Amino acid sequence: MEGVRILAAGEQGLVVEFANKIEAGINRQVHRLSGLLLQQNQGEIKEVVPTYRSLLVYFDPAQITRKLLTDRVISLIHAAADDDSGLAVAKVISIPVCYGGEFGPDIAYVAQHNGITEAEVIQIHTSVPYLVYMLGFTPGFPYLGGMSEKIATPRLQKPRTCIPAGSVGIAGSQTGFYPVESPGGWQLIGRTPVKAFNPKADNPFLFAAGDYLQFQPIGVSEYEEIAAKAAAGLYQPVIRDLKVKGGLNS
Amino acid sequence: MITTIHPGLFTTVQDEGRWGYQAFGMPVAGAMDRYAYYAANILAGNKPAAAVLEMTLRGGHFRFEADYYVSICGADMQARLNGTPVKSWSGFLVGAGSELVFDYAISGCRTYVAINGGINTPVVLGSRSTYTRAAVGGFDGRALQAGDVIPIGKDADAAPRNPRLLPAEFIPAYRDQIELRVLLGPQDDYFSEAGITTFFNSTYCISTEADRMGYRLEGSIIEHKEKADIISDALCQGAIQVPGHGMPIIMMADRQTTGGYTKIGTVIGPDLSLLAQAKPGDSIVFKKCSEDDAAAAFALERDACSRLQQVVAYNEQQPPGPARHFKITVNKQLYHVEIREVK
Repeated sequence: MEGVRILAAGEQGLVVEFANKIEAGINRQVHRLSGLLLQQNQGEIKEVVPTYRSLLVYFDPAQITRKLLTDRVISLIHAAADDDSGLAVAKVISIPVCYGGEFGPDIAYVAQHNGITEAEVIQIHTSVPYLVYMLGFTPGFPYLGGMSEKIATPRLQKPRTCIPAGSVGIAGSQTGFYPVESPGGWQLIGRTPVKAFNPKADNPFLFAAGDYLQFQPIGVSEYEEIAAKAAAGLYQPVIRDLKVKGGLNS
Repeated sequence: MITTIHPGLFTTVQDEGRWGYQAFGMPVAGAMDRYAYYAANILAGNKPAAAVLEMTLRGGHFRFEADYYVSICGADMQARLNGTPVKSWSGFLVGAGSELVFDYAISGCRTYVAINGGINTPVVLGSRSTYTRAAVGGFDGRALQAGDVIPIGKDADAAPRNPRLLPAEFIPAYRDQIELRVLLGPQDDYFSEAGITTFFNSTYCISTEADRMGYRLEGSIIEHKEKADIISDALCQGAIQVPGHGMPIIMMADRQTTGGYTKIGTVIGPDLSLLAQAKPGDSIVFKKCSEDDAAAAFALERDACSRLQQVVAYNEQQPPGPARHFKITVNKQLYHVEIREVK
């Protein structure tokens, strides 16, 4: 319970904030609490939205009071405590990215802000797999953790009103990409031709929380080749297995 | 079926929204003005969750290929049925071959058209709501186009025959200056005292960047203590984000499910219908609201909706003769009394 804050988000929303940092163990607690609340739900909880370090619970005030819901959350927090003793197998999905140029208009700023070259930004960005802490913002948007502080860059002061689908960005020490065209305030460094969301597919979402993504640099011609395949529904991303401590499914 | 001759400025199919997929980043969408949406379905004899058309600022032109019972609620878009004006907040029978034409909104911003049986476009992830940004729901996820044929389903409880008109007390007045009640949080502690004071004591103007996703406002800059960024967390409808530039953005039906800017507070649910009817150039003041007041306002809205259902059901059983309405107070409790001549 230490450090956990319970906050209001309107008359139908309750936020459980575990901490003020991005950390895999804290994120596992968020997802575990999310699962426990859904298991006990009799219809009074409309939906839960797990994020990096907090959980938004949408409830129906006609069916449960904020007080009773708060009591229930507190009683479940211990059961959601982190346990990283077990090993689990996670998926690592390869995401090809064409960096810089018109696809990544902010890469020069990211390089300059961190006192390195654009090539170093790409090298650092593609060097490790990133854990999908959460999906959010727009359908299939993966919020990733574990990015090097060497390329961390603040968000734009004024968000852009229109960002093309596939744009890969950096916001503080977060990274990720925009699966659909939308507004946004991230620094754009490249673009992927991979579709993370397809409403016509059996499973419309390419990733789930707990998966890992690894960015892989490609050139413009390869980008166009993959984009054509993806548009025809013929592109299958490369996926490999990774053993991790305390995975969500362990 | 119903043929779209002209779609209007921005007309989409909407229902209660696509709940249950926000953990995958799928926005809820759904009717922006949930009160007008709900009233339209009640007047049309539909189930509360039936799909309707939501028209924005300028309505469309539709031809009815069979007899339908239709209702119109929300903004007054100067509707005409075969050339004769019809009122907003009313339900009526439309004969085969009839044409229903809307024009610009002269009050409010969004008009809901419900058809008995509901609109029967495919259900995608549990909802018929259109979310244009990801091309989901409605007509291939886009706004209505000329030539679109609107299929009608069976989401109805009853098939009304008589014209229906809501009593005046159930019809909201749309003004170009509105007051919105706000529950502080979840990140009000990121703002300085001066910032909070500015927020509650300034008048904000709705900018031209106001759509189903969010309303960007212009006015006095709201001061943060230190920073405007947080570790991204979830956003509910009505959440008021304040990015680094200090101007508020209110999250609406098509809002992103999560975001990384501080949220000073949340507009309470019952006041969002009023905001959904506001247009660029309209002005807003925010009023601080307690948890208890917010819960009470929620209960009041729910009661109004259930009374609305009772009134419509009651009127349906009555002869269509003239009625006189009185307000009577007994033991400080207000009663609405209707007297009709019975032959």
